[in-house]
Formats: sequence, structure tokens, C-alpha cells
Amino acid sequence: MNTWQRFKNSYLFYSFKQDSIAIGSFCVLSVLVVISILAPVVAPYNTYDTATFDILDAETPPAWMETGNEKFMLGTDIQGRDLLSTMIFGLRVSLIIGIGAVLFQALLGIIVGLLSGYFGGKLDAFLMRVADIQFSIPYLIVAIFTSAIFKLAFGVGRWEELAVPLLIIIIGMSEWPKYARTVRASVLGEKNKEYVEAARVIGLSRWQIIFKHILPNTLTPVLVLSTIQVANAVMSEAALSFLGLGMPITKPSLGSLIRSGFEYIFSGSWWITFFPGVLLVIFILVVLLLGDWLRDVLNPKLYKG
Amino acid sequence: MHHLLEVKDLEVKFALRFGELTAIDGISFTLDRGERLGIVGESGAGKSVTGFAIINLISKPGYISGGKILFEDQELHRLPEEEMRAIRGNRISMIFQDPMMTLNPVLSIATQMAETVLAHQDVSKADALDIALEKLKKVHIPSAEKRLRQYPHECSGGMRQRIVIAIALLTNPALIIADEPTTALDVTIQAEIMDLLLELCESEKMGLILITHDLGVVSQITEKIAVMYAGKIVEAGSTQTVVQDPRHPYTQGLIKALPGSLQPGSRLNQIPGMMPNLTEIPPGCAFHPRCKISDSICSMEVPALISKGQQDRMIACHMVK
Repeated sequence: MNTWQRFKNSYLFYSFKQDSIAIGSFCVLSVLVVISILAPVVAPYNTYDTATFDILDAETPPAWMETGNEKFMLGTDIQGRDLLSTMIFGLRVSLIIGIGAVLFQALLGIIVGLLSGYFGGKLDAFLMRVADIQFSIPYLIVAIFTSAIFKLAFGVGRWEELAVPLLIIIIGMSEWPKYARTVRASVLGEKNKEYVEAARVIGLSRWQIIFKHILPNTLTPVLVLSTIQVANAVMSEAALSFLGLGMPITKPSLGSLIRSGFEYIFSGSWWITFFPGVLLVIFILVVLLLGDWLRDVLNPKLYKG
Repeated sequence: MHHLLEVKDLEVKFALRFGELTAIDGISFTLDRGERLGIVGESGAGKSVTGFAIINLISKPGYISGGKILFEDQELHRLPEEEMRAIRGNRISMIFQDPMMTLNPVLSIATQMAETVLAHQDVSKADALDIALEKLKKVHIPSAEKRLRQYPHECSGGMRQRIVIAIALLTNPALIIADEPTTALDVTIQAEIMDLLLELCESEKMGLILITHDLGVVSQITEKIAVMYAGKIVEAGSTQTVVQDPRHPYTQGLIKALPGSLQPGSRLNQIPGMMPNLTEIPPGCAFHPRCKISDSICSMEVPALISKGQQDRMIACHMVK
């Protein structure tokens, strides 16, 4: 239990206890994450199973409204799926894509940043120009082309199967330069410190120096960036899905749910868009608030009295 | 018998945009097993570069442009990087100036020590930690087991320098290069660290190169001394004779500048002027513009480092007979 003791006495935990916003955000986030992990158990209906819903239930309003049905607390969508269950599964999909995209871009960006910062010179110039080029291509264009080409080549059916990994790659590819630049900047600061020289004098190889000595010292900004990037990736996914480039309606994410309801807002079925939208906003908000708190804690220079 | 370390006509240059700059201009010295050598000089005289040249770690754009470095009969600067790495931190260790900076802040002391052992010896992690513990005890660190689990920020400056020395000892090196090991510490701890180094060199039969600008420190623990000025050795010999009877005007100035030789309250002695920038070393003897006894020959001919008078006493000065 030594690590637990250490954690309990740490400044991180102390400042967490002091910050009610951080505690609140953390609680909300944990509830959302747990619910989405346990989606098949928690959700009232399994919305991936077409046998569980009926088109005749379509567009039932939330339970508290006059024409509502107790079976569907937040009403149903245009296919007659229970909206609450669909949202839980949708949050799960959004989370998988968000976290997966961040892991992918972090892995790529950190490696590029480390190499670029440590070796410098031509390699640095080359990798940073690649990053610039990557940054100058809007991810929407990448997404449009990728999905169009994929759907043409393999058919729409395959797209539905492979949408999750493809979205992870599309969003990850467009955002890795952020990590590369952040890590590179830290590496430039760290590599001239004496402990790196000392590690060289000890006789460690350059790979050991890069990954065991420099990398851990650059992780603070990476951690802060990651929280923002998770929120970003979830939003990107929602935007892509809203444009019809993301998750198919059979396996909706929050974004595709918002889109599917959008066409029915004016016919009165506001809830199909409204509830997933609120959930998306809450999720993004708590992640960003936590990221904000983390940035303040990890950077004592920003200390606000 | 061969020397442990033999540096012969070592020359280090830095390739800069506006041309080449000679940081070390043909220095030679030898060191035997268990012998302690002090390299003294002002900032920029090339002391630290000498240290880095020995382990072949001069950072770009510097490079060794001439001379030989023989260590245990191997020509160090001709070794491929792979073999050199097996010597660095293994047969030759280095201790740096600032113990606050030389330990990685995010790794525990155990990790950093074990890593050094594992880099050079084929032992298990547990054995490596045993070795680390033993060395921590050797540098007189109280409750060493507890220290192993701590991080650098949990230790005081003197404690960290002890840990750094313990890391240098891990692989039982034949030579330790200490680059101003006590400059960043306060005076009482300086004395402790120096005593510790002396004790370890004697008990482990290690060679020591002590790089410093502090003549007091050098005279305490070294047997030989080399005084450097603008990339050259200007005077060398046994510590006792050089400190007690300095012959080169620069060494004389350095020793006079020590506050110990003065009445309290009187003005400190200093050598007039500054050490020249390495880009504009004066012709002839580099010291002549600041020298009290210089003559016309000093600005024309570079004095050679030759034996004058006593055995193994070398002086590079036209005016000293």
C-alpha cells in the first residue's frame, strides 16, 4: 500500500481535495465512464440488437410528456430505439474513438517529437515540415476523402464494420503534430541539462537516454495536452458524424444521434437531438475542467493565490 | 610499467562559423594507478574540455584534432562508440559540478544507480541494487536503504553529491574525473566531500583527475598539479613544490590571489586583466599582456613546456630560468 500512502500525501491529491470543481468534474466523469464501460449491463435495452426495438415506437416523447411511454424514459428515436440506451451506447462509441485517437496521436507525436528534438539538424527540419504539412490539411478533407475512397473500394457495409478504427486513424493522424511540437519543445529544454550529460558519461546508449531519461521529464505537458485532446477528439468525431462521415446510424455515436434527430427537430421531436447534445456538452465540459485543474497543479508557475 | 592514462599533445578544436577555435592546444600529462592529479585554471582555460576529451564526449562542434589519449593501453579517441561506451561509466567515471542537476529529477535513486550497474555488468536487478546499497554505505550515507527509495529532490545538496560519487564508484572504475565537484556546495560540505574523495581514492586505488579553479582544494588532496592557461599547460609538477614555490608568473599570481596569505583587512591580490577570448589569443606567450615580467620575446615566440631545475617540474615561460 506504499504507493497509495504516497498518493494520499501528495500535492496532487491535496490540491484535488481543495478544488470543488475538480471533485465535481471527476465524479461526473467517472460516472459517465463507468456507465459507458458497463453499457450492455446498465442500459435498459441493447440497441445493437434489432429484435429489441419496434418501428411503431418511433418518436415517442420522453416519459413525463403527455404522449410519453414509461418504457422509454427519454423517449425514442426515429427507429423506435430507446433514446437513453442509445445514448449510453453512443457515449461508449464516442469515448472509444476519443481515447483511441488520443493514444494513436500521442504515440506518433511523442516518437516524432523525441527524435526531432534530440537529434536536431536535418531530421528535425524534415519531421517538423511534415508536421506543418499535416497541420495545414484540415481533418475534414482527410475524412471526406478517406471515407469516400473506402466506401467506394470496399462498400458501405465494410465501412460500418471498420468505422471505429478508421475514425481513430483519421482523427489521430490530423492531430499528432500537436504532440510532436509539445514534446520537441520540452526535449530541446531537457537535452542540455546535466543529467543527460551524466547519463551519457555513465555509458548509456542514446535510446536509453531518450526513452528512460528524457521522455519521463517531458510527460507533464503531454498529460495536460492529452486531456484537452480527448475532448477535442470526441468533438471531432461528433462533427464528422454530424456531417455523415462518421459512425453509421446502426452503431450511433453521440454525433450521429444528434444528426439523426436534427432532421426532426421542426416536426417537434426535439429530444432526439437535445439529450445527446446535452450529454456531449457535459462530457466535454468535465474533461476540460479537469484538464484545467491538472494544468494548474502540474505547473506551479501558474499558481493563482 | 605503463601509465594508467597518458595524454599526449592533445588538441581540441571547435569548428565555428567564422573559423576554427583551438580550445586545447597540445597538452600532455600522465597519470598512474592510484595517483591524483589536479588541473587548475580560470574559467575558459580548457579544464573541463580536457575532462570531456578523455572520455571522448566533446559536444559538437568540438572535436579532437590531434594527439593521443592512452588509457590502459587503449587509444580512447580511436575506439568505436560501442567500445567507448563500455569504458565510460565503467572504467572511467565522471563527477560533475552541480549535484542538483546531474541526477534525473523523475527517477528514484535506486533506478538511476541500478541502471548504471546494469549498463555494464551482467547481473540481476536485485544484485545491482545490492551493489548500489554497498556503495551508498561506502560514501557514508546514513540509512542508505531509505535513500535508495527516495527521489533526488528529497536529498540535500551534500547528500546528492555523495550519491553522485556513489554512482561513479558503482563499477569500481580505475579513474575518476571530478569536474569542480564542490563548487556548488558550501564550504563545510566541500571539505567533507574532498575528504571522502581522498579516502576513496586511497582505499580503492583509483586514479583521480580533479578539475577545479580552487588551489586550496587541489593542494589538499592531489599529488600532481597542472596549471592551465588559454588551452595550454603553463606549469606542472608535484603539488607541494608548485604550491610552495610557484615559478610561472601566472601560477604565482594565482597563489598570491588566495586570501589566506594576506593580513585581514588588506586588499586582495589579483592578476590584472582578463583571460583572452579563445578567438583572439595573443601571439607568443598567451599570458604576456598580463605578465609583470614579460619581455619582447614573449610576444613573439610561444614558450615550450620544458623541465627547469627540479625533477618533473615543467614550466612554459621564457623568463624563468
